[in-house]
Amino acid sequence: MKIVCNGTEHQVAAGAKIVDLLKEFDLAADTVVVECDTLILKREDYDRHELREGSVVELIRFVGGG
Amino acid sequence: MLLVNNEIVEYCEGLTVAEVGKRTKPDADIFIVNGYPVAASFVLGDGDQCWLVKRGESVSADEMRNLLYARHTPGVQARLQDAVVGIMGLGGLGSTVALALARMGIGSLILADFDLVEPSNLNRQQYFVDQIGLKKTEALKDNIGRINPYVRVEIIDQRLTEDLIPALFADVDALVECFDDPVMKAAALRARLQHLEGVFYVCASGMAGYGSNNEIKTRRLYPGVFLVGDQESAAEPGQGLMAARVGIAAHHQANQVVRLLLGEDTENKQQ
Repeated sequence: MKIVCNGTEHQVAAGAKIVDLLKEFDLAADTVVVECDTLILKREDYDRHELREGSVVELIRFVGGG
Repeated sequence: MLLVNNEIVEYCEGLTVAEVGKRTKPDADIFIVNGYPVAASFVLGDGDQCWLVKRGESVSADEMRNLLYARHTPGVQARLQDAVVGIMGLGGLGSTVALALARMGIGSLILADFDLVEPSNLNRQQYFVDQIGLKKTEALKDNIGRINPYVRVEIIDQRLTEDLIPALFADVDALVECFDDPVMKAAALRARLQHLEGVFYVCASGMAGYGSNNEIKTRRLYPGVFLVGDQESAAEPGQGLMAARVGIAAHHQANQVVRLLLGEDTENKQQ
């Protein structure tokens, strides 16, 4: 199914979860803030929140240093 | 009407700043009008705000407070003076953000960190050799006091967590995320987005090394929420944190805080 992630269309498997999307982009889940269909997700929801056809996802990723 | 060293003085056409100086402060040799240094021959306009200073002279506490902000655009100070800003993490970003905000006269700062000053911090953080071993919160509070003693400083000497942040910073006007650890950076942004609606927020990601100055950008993520950095340059083996680039990011953060406090919730000049 198709989703939109950070403004770009992506194809993901039916039933894919946020955690699957993060793996695809090779992102460490703990360093990413996820907005899915205008909802900011809790960290514990990344593993269970399922994407839907047409889901709009924003991933805000942080790198170390300060 | 003119305001000269915070006293009301009658205005008349053609009056120069030197003439005003003769009456108010004869030994003055620095003239600042509306936040900008001018020559003695500068002709004043009605409503101008003037600061007349003798170079090198030490001043009373009251005068000090006014002179600290003499170079600022009039009108800006009152709004900054009322603001409360929280800073999470007092490393290269946080210590630099804190000093910039203190110099600009932010009324209250809340400084949070659990760590001590170490020799390896001094390559980029705003501490001194004789502060090694002190708590960063205490050392930075001390340094702020030596620059601008009129900032109220509160310290939080503990390790922050996603759960603690909303309660500790519920009453601030703006919150600046200056953590080193990317996990805490993400956790803090989640805390802001889920629990601190209405608090201005400026976070940072990607400022290690000596890459291009101009890759450091300030992006608006949400209303009142901004992200500073190049989004890429992680601190890692082979790419350390260096004073200049961390300082660029920190000053982006500090300026964005000031912009937000003064009502500018935009990335660019016009949006």
